[in-house]
Amino acid sequence: MSTATAPVQAGDPGYIDISESHRPSFLRLVGVEIRKMTDTKAGLWLLIVIGAVTVIINAAFLIWGPDDLTFNDFLQFSGMPQGILLPVLAVLLVTQEWGQRTGLVTFSLVPHRGRVLVAKLAAAIVFVLAAFAVAVLIATLLTPISGASDGWDGVSVGWLSRSILALVIGAVWGYAFGAALLNSAFAIVSYFAVPMVVSIVTAIWTSAQEKLLWFDLSTSSTRLFESDSLSGEEWAQIGTGVLLWVALPLAIGVWRILRAEIK
Amino acid sequence: MIKVENLTKKYGDFTAVNDISFVSQPGRVTGFLGPNGAGKSTSMRMMVGLTKADRGSVTIGGHNYMDIPNPGQHVGVLLDASAQHAGRTGREVLALSAATMGLPASRVDEMLHLVSLTDNEAKRRVKNYSLGMRQRLGIANALMGDPSVLILDEPANGLDPAGIRWMRGLLKGYADRGGTVLLSSHLLHEVQMIADDLVMIGRGEIVAQGTPEELLRDSGTFFRALEADQLVTALAENGIEATPVADGFRTDAEPVQVGKVAAERQITLVELKLADGGLEDLFLELTAETQRETYTEGADK
Repeated sequence: MSTATAPVQAGDPGYIDISESHRPSFLRLVGVEIRKMTDTKAGLWLLIVIGAVTVIINAAFLIWGPDDLTFNDFLQFSGMPQGILLPVLAVLLVTQEWGQRTGLVTFSLVPHRGRVLVAKLAAAIVFVLAAFAVAVLIATLLTPISGASDGWDGVSVGWLSRSILALVIGAVWGYAFGAALLNSAFAIVSYFAVPMVVSIVTAIWTSAQEKLLWFDLSTSSTRLFESDSLSGEEWAQIGTGVLLWVALPLAIGVWRILRAEIK
Repeated sequence: MIKVENLTKKYGDFTAVNDISFVSQPGRVTGFLGPNGAGKSTSMRMMVGLTKADRGSVTIGGHNYMDIPNPGQHVGVLLDASAQHAGRTGREVLALSAATMGLPASRVDEMLHLVSLTDNEAKRRVKNYSLGMRQRLGIANALMGDPSVLILDEPANGLDPAGIRWMRGLLKGYADRGGTVLLSSHLLHEVQMIADDLVMIGRGEIVAQGTPEELLRDSGTFFRALEADQLVTALAENGIEATPVADGFRTDAEPVQVGKVAAERQITLVELKLADGGLEDLFLELTAETQRETYTEGADK
């Protein structure tokens, strides 16, 4: 056993030919990340709950709610549970690699961690789109049954896009907290508690309400679910909220994950 | 082949791995031996890019690990058999790796068969696995991409004696077909059984490396005799100094010299062999600094 100093080159014994080695495609990585969310009891049940609650809440409003429910109403009913649960899903997508230490395998197979992170983010967005598709399907089925004369009023591409945006912001928000904290319980609790405190302050401290809306993303982003379009100021408030609650923790999380030792 | 050069990792003031260099050759099993906390796992994580080295480099088959496009197909890695999602089935753990590498699902069945995990076991969730089963699963995962290099951290941990024998056969066969195997262990006997080459590490530094025979060569002779005192005196008359070790004696002389003296004096030898204490002593010296128990060295050695 010698410690030679010359680098190992093609033709040397022990040289590995990697010219035929192809890195996993991005789509494949996204597929794997989606699969990771569905192959454990926790992940599978979360998905089932998201689906079931969406159906149940709409059915309940259809049966016991007011008579003239519109498409918009139904979509908003779906948005409530989905807005709460999809971020949890996004948190788990990131943190499970740390909590269960599967990162050892994941990042050995894909050593460029940024690719895994982007694939996870893409998977989270795929789940959002799927959930939204379910919500649209339910609303489309229930609107005629509800029988409101103006059932389809206010439905526009702009509004549907804003609803998706709201759900995506929520998911990325959860993802960012998961990445920054790398611990499922801690990230989920923080995700709910921190904005709640801000919203409570906003609600109580009425004199500062206008100013606090610039920081209170959970309040400002609910405007996205409403069918009338937003003012420039409202967009700007969502923007500052996203910077503070999504972009900042995301930057911290990415920085942390790219640098951290995977143990 | 794995080539480690001047690899160093510091955590603040603590140097976990200090300037280590060695080569793990193709066609051979290299045992990376050292007590817990010696820096084995840190070194192995640096080899596959999970921990950033402060200094030095590692090449695997001539490449930086990060530069290998689909590393799972070239380097099989098992760093911790317990690091699996407890809620996944064994089969699913393998299927995820196969999917990541772009391998067909049939490969999963081949690997399960190779490590003797039955269909029923593969359907169970990992949280119901014994450590030995997790090691088998981890080895299956490492071998999945049919790599030419294996990096295994404590793979024999938790295996029963039959399991260790099985793994020895598996890794020997793998090396005989030209593969490179680097495996770590904190158990000397375990590694001695499997490894062709040894790299001993303690407190982050390599203290010895070579084949087991090379490392044993200078360790002298161990003997026991019925008339031990007479033999020691006789040896001293011949200029051979012997020191008591355990229930016998150790000397730097060759076994044949001791045998000759015993024959001349008609002394009954009970045991005469190359001392294997050399490796063990060295290993225990390393261990002594990090372990809680104190051990008693052979008398006033």
